Amino acid sequence: MADNKFDTPEIREYPIIPKLQRDVMSHSKPFIAKESHQEPLGFPGELVDDWHDVAIKKMGDLQSKYRSLQVYLDSCVKCGACTDKCHYYVGTTDPKNMPVARQDLYRKVYRRYFTFAGKYFPKLVGATDLTKDVLDDWYSYFHQCSQCRRCSVYCPYGIDTAEISMAAREVMDTIGVGQKYCNEIISKVHKIGNNLGLPGPALEDTLEGLEEDVEEETGVQVKFPLDVKGADVLLITPSADFFAEPHVDGLIGYAKVFHEAGISWTISSHASEAANFGMFIGSYENMRKLAMRIREAAIELGVKRIVFGECGHAWRVAYSFLNTLAGPWDFLDQNYPIPQHICEVTHGLIEDNKLKFDKSLNDDMILTYHDSCNVARASRMGDKAGGQFVIPREVIKAVCNNFHDMSKDTIKEGTFCCGGGGGLLTDDLMELRVKGALPRMEALRKVVEDHGVTHMAAICAICKSQFAKVFPYYDFSMDQIVSVHQLVSNAIILTGQDDENDENDGENHPQQDIDEAA
Amino acid sequence: MQISILSMSIAALFYIAFFILAYGLVSKILQYKNTPAPLKIPTMPAPTTQAGVVFRMSKEVVFFESLFKSSKATWLFGWLFHFGLFLDMLRHLRYFIDPVWTWVIIIQPFGKYGSILMFIGLVGLLTRRIIVDRVRYISSPSDHLMLVLLLSITSTGIAMSFYLGADVISVKSFFIGLMTFNIQNIPSDIVLISHLIMVAALMIIFPYSKLLHAPGLFFSPSRNQVDNAREKRHLSKWAEDLEKN
Repeated sequence: MADNKFDTPEIREYPIIPKLQRDVMSHSKPFIAKESHQEPLGFPGELVDDWHDVAIKKMGDLQSKYRSLQVYLDSCVKCGACTDKCHYYVGTTDPKNMPVARQDLYRKVYRRYFTFAGKYFPKLVGATDLTKDVLDDWYSYFHQCSQCRRCSVYCPYGIDTAEISMAAREVMDTIGVGQKYCNEIISKVHKIGNNLGLPGPALEDTLEGLEEDVEEETGVQVKFPLDVKGADVLLITPSADFFAEPHVDGLIGYAKVFHEAGISWTISSHASEAANFGMFIGSYENMRKLAMRIREAAIELGVKRIVFGECGHAWRVAYSFLNTLAGPWDFLDQNYPIPQHICEVTHGLIEDNKLKFDKSLNDDMILTYHDSCNVARASRMGDKAGGQFVIPREVIKAVCNNFHDMSKDTIKEGTFCCGGGGGLLTDDLMELRVKGALPRMEALRKVVEDHGVTHMAAICAICKSQFAKVFPYYDFSMDQIVSVHQLVSNAIILTGQDDENDENDGENHPQQDIDEAA
Repeated sequence: MQISILSMSIAALFYIAFFILAYGLVSKILQYKNTPAPLKIPTMPAPTTQAGVVFRMSKEVVFFESLFKSSKATWLFGWLFHFGLFLDMLRHLRYFIDPVWTWVIIIQPFGKYGSILMFIGLVGLLTRRIIVDRVRYISSPSDHLMLVLLLSITSTGIAMSFYLGADVISVKSFFIGLMTFNIQNIPSDIVLISHLIMVAALMIIFPYSKLLHAPGLFFSPSRNQVDNAREKRHLSKWAEDLEKN
């Protein structure tokens, strides 16, 4: 574990708005990208000499390309509605983590160079020159935003700090001050096809291993196909699903669902990554290049549908942007949404009675569900607004007997980010991640105490990794975070399954039914 | 009739203020309109139809729905101020139209009390800006001054409506005169003149300040976009050009 030079915030019985403490997080900065991380993305390797002018020019360029940025920079009235809404503010109490104050780091420079008032009356409107100190603040605080959009829900004008953070990160990349974690990962995807740099043969090994595991456990040959031409479904899933706990249990769940429903599917070694870190750094070009790999894979393999695994920001890029970035998808089967979320697939099969479950197999758990920020506030599932809240919960309830939601203001559109989203899931930001998790930890603690909740389910690779890491800081254990499709996997009854060997089968489950199904 | 220097100056000020307001606002609106929104970013859950967007936007404009979700105190004071301002602006129409429309006559008493709502709202907002540490932290001098300016306009207005009175007949003929380029005398009433100068100042500041939130809201992609990214391909001009390379 990372060196623990900070105090984990205390869980408060009554979460009140904390008093601000200036600059307590100004030391928090992720590692800077090296030349080798920057150049494959088309960014300079180090701070360029004329960085000030390049940055101002880039700001002007972005304002002319993104209406969101231009409108949001002008429209804020400093009403303060957002000031207590960011999990990083709640967890750190640093005022620059209030959404409006974070935006103002950018806005004060915008005002100085691009507005009449800022040019002639800078002190009056709080405009400042872009200095090295301001740039340092940018690097620090624009890497304390997980682009979770919670502020945009509560802003009377819908100002989304994520848009400003993305712009700031793109400006910084353009002058050679990139973030190592994101940019190194993006360069890996450009080269190999996934965030981990896991090459095709390693992927094949992993998937074969999973086939063996599942067969050993269930007696059923559930396939984990790779690069199978002519499959119906191309599954795009975060690479964490290939090996990390509890992610991989989710992947096993998807495989079992496809198997049981008789859907032919495949993973692609060319597009073996759902996450699109191009969004984190605000780079349309990089985001598009990454998304195009999915299009290439879909054409190459001749699939009819694209389904995304459990991944939050990935689902935002998939649901909201994929059609824009890599469409049109006229060569796919138009009877299915393009792309489709694995929860939509499973939910549809459940509604059509195509899957059989023994819910009692999840009786060792009492569950709650964490709405991942980008699924909740930046995407949808199903055909009705809010389906992204309903569908995963219905899937969970179809496979589990015990479910309790966390308190109302911490779920659905008001959900708190896990604390590790938006390109911050790196060990060099451990303090920020632990502190940013505070509001979610408080909400979880409450349902643990009130309803005896034992596990929290999520549908995002970042959330799962983040919680596995920060749970111990808050006296939870890392295995208390589970994948939604892990629950599906636990409860699903496969045709031909031999249940006598099931190690969980301590008590007597309705064996006859299962045997009959077999 | 001899036109006083004061009247000439106020008339000139209002011509300038109107020109700056109109020019500034139109150019900002054109800028917002012409800047592409390359990606679908409605804050979800979002309406799936255009009619739904109109409904969502109406709730924002009329009731400040999002602000209601976030802070009841700010919502209350903010809404009181804006609603009072709306009533009062309708009431002021009587200075610019002749004969006065019937509904404008009917709402006159309500408009009069609109100024009280404005006053309460503004005092609440200013108090909050000063006493809440988070809001104080994010405030620039201009944020305080804007409230002070609005409070001064409101107070002079209240003073004239409820206590001092004003020669409204002359005020009306002055403004009708302005609109028909036939300048009339304005009463040299110090409260009235300060009221008018401050209103002109507000008009001039409008397009160069945070008052741009008024047109800004209508162009906010997180509020005005339809949630239909999977069904309909959304492509901006510059993104399209990128595909040609």
